[in-house]
Amino acid sequence: MNEEAIKQELINKFPYLQEAITIKRKGRIFAQVPADKFDAVFAYAVKEMRFAALSAITGLDRGDGVFEVIYHLNQEGRILLNLCVGLEKDKLAVNTVTAYCPSADIYERELEDLLGIKVNGLAAGYRYPLTDDWPQGEYPLRKDWKGNLASKEVPDA
Amino acid sequence: MHDSGDVKIPIGPQHPALKEPESFLISLRGEKITASSVRLGYNHRGIEKACEARTYTQDIYLIERVCGICSHSHSTCFVQAVEEIAGLDIPARAKYLRTLIAELERIHSHLLWLGVAGHEIGFDTLLMYTWRDREVVMDILAALTGNRVNYGINTIGGVRRDINAKQKEEVLKAMDILETQTKYYIDLAQNETTLLKRLQGVGVLSHDDAQRLGAVGPTGRASGIDRDTRKDDPYAAYGELDFKVISVNNNDVYGRTLVRLGELMESFNLVRQVIRKLPEGAISVKAPRKIPAGQAVSRYEAPRGEDLHFVRSNGTDKPDRVKVRAPTLANIQSVSKMLEDRYLADMPIVVAAIDPCFSCTDRMVALRDTQNRKKNTVPWETIRLKGIKWYKDKGVDFASLNKKLSASF
Repeated sequence: MNEEAIKQELINKFPYLQEAITIKRKGRIFAQVPADKFDAVFAYAVKEMRFAALSAITGLDRGDGVFEVIYHLNQEGRILLNLCVGLEKDKLAVNTVTAYCPSADIYERELEDLLGIKVNGLAAGYRYPLTDDWPQGEYPLRKDWKGNLASKEVPDA
Repeated sequence: MHDSGDVKIPIGPQHPALKEPESFLISLRGEKITASSVRLGYNHRGIEKACEARTYTQDIYLIERVCGICSHSHSTCFVQAVEEIAGLDIPARAKYLRTLIAELERIHSHLLWLGVAGHEIGFDTLLMYTWRDREVVMDILAALTGNRVNYGINTIGGVRRDINAKQKEEVLKAMDILETQTKYYIDLAQNETTLLKRLQGVGVLSHDDAQRLGAVGPTGRASGIDRDTRKDDPYAAYGELDFKVISVNNNDVYGRTLVRLGELMESFNLVRQVIRKLPEGAISVKAPRKIPAGQAVSRYEAPRGEDLHFVRSNGTDKPDRVKVRAPTLANIQSVSKMLEDRYLADMPIVVAAIDPCFSCTDRMVALRDTQNRKKNTVPWETIRLKGIKWYKDKGVDFASLNKKLSASF
């Protein structure tokens, strides 16, 4: 299945993706998926289209009140399907995908630690990558985070 | 899951069995591991955030320092993404030179691993031999780039140094020496009892588990996953070169050894091809200072597996977001599976077998009290008490362990 066929299958199954899928180049497909439809699209890509390997999850703050989470899925190492979901700053939450991809665990902890995006359903465990005594509400990858912790409690180690 | 009836042993973040800071909590019944969990983040330096405040050119040098072993992997992965967004078509000679450094880096990294593996199983002669031989390739890297570890060869638009005829000869001579030595190590791996007994059946990761847990690189290929970004999603000059992807179905530490030894032989072959086919021409094209708005995902087969960088640009001279996913982060999740039902004594070699690089993975934040303008200096006793409390909160009480030990003597 080539890039065009993958795009077409996604559009046939989810017509609302008609204008949302871009083939950037050979082996790189980007799809912007509405937040309320994301779980269904992700499940279909993993289970029905053999995009079973999760290479990484990228979280980012666009700086305009919208955050994005990009799931980089690959099909047997060859084609990368990048499923992007936009989140409003006052609704920063996604559901865990660990049921489909157990390897998502550590990437999802990173989303919570560095950007403050809540991952619903993520099992209890160690935080990653920040320290246990990192101040609450400080998310280093947010655009408005300047690293000045002077007014906050400064960890003693 | 950790069972409350088992003995829990914290190993790390600083521990003689570990080469880098990471923390394992091991549950033991007798000598057997019943459960394990790993804690990372001790090497987190905020590099991704730092990239957003620096220009693309400055970021090359920052990204190169994500890792001291596979520095070229990260810098190449990063510049590839930026070049893609900028629409730059880099010269063929630059692609070949990037490939040359990439394979020399793989050779030094795999030889380094073989030595560490020897050390972890008490076979330090192997460590001495392999690290002696590794100096051959380190000298070549230093001669070609000026540096032993952070090569500074990449720039956006190509490479910064060319190679001359005399250097080509030196590279080919080095490959002959290293090939002879590697054949000796392959023979050793197939016949030396110490290696066979200590590596076979240790750290088992089935094909299905490797796939489910997203194992990459030699860790995945030793469990029958024949994926290699150089072949599957070619970059630099790999699309024009002939090489085999080495995979085996041993599913254990021995398999991971065979894969790396096989890959060394393929790397010698690739280096020779690069020298033979090296195209004439420029080594770089001029790149714009400001990169147009866009995004790209770049992949690279680092010595430890698939390295992935995501870059989003905003039309300025600084990136909006740089994401680095190093191969160890993809492989660390397999370690708990490999340790299941194994003896505690196997732990160092099992962890070492994924060739972990936690510097890559965690990519420290030093805190300064800006009101008092001084660094927080913490006395040793405070750290010790904090450590004891930290473990006590996690269910490991050293005070009660000490009492138990005293009572048993």
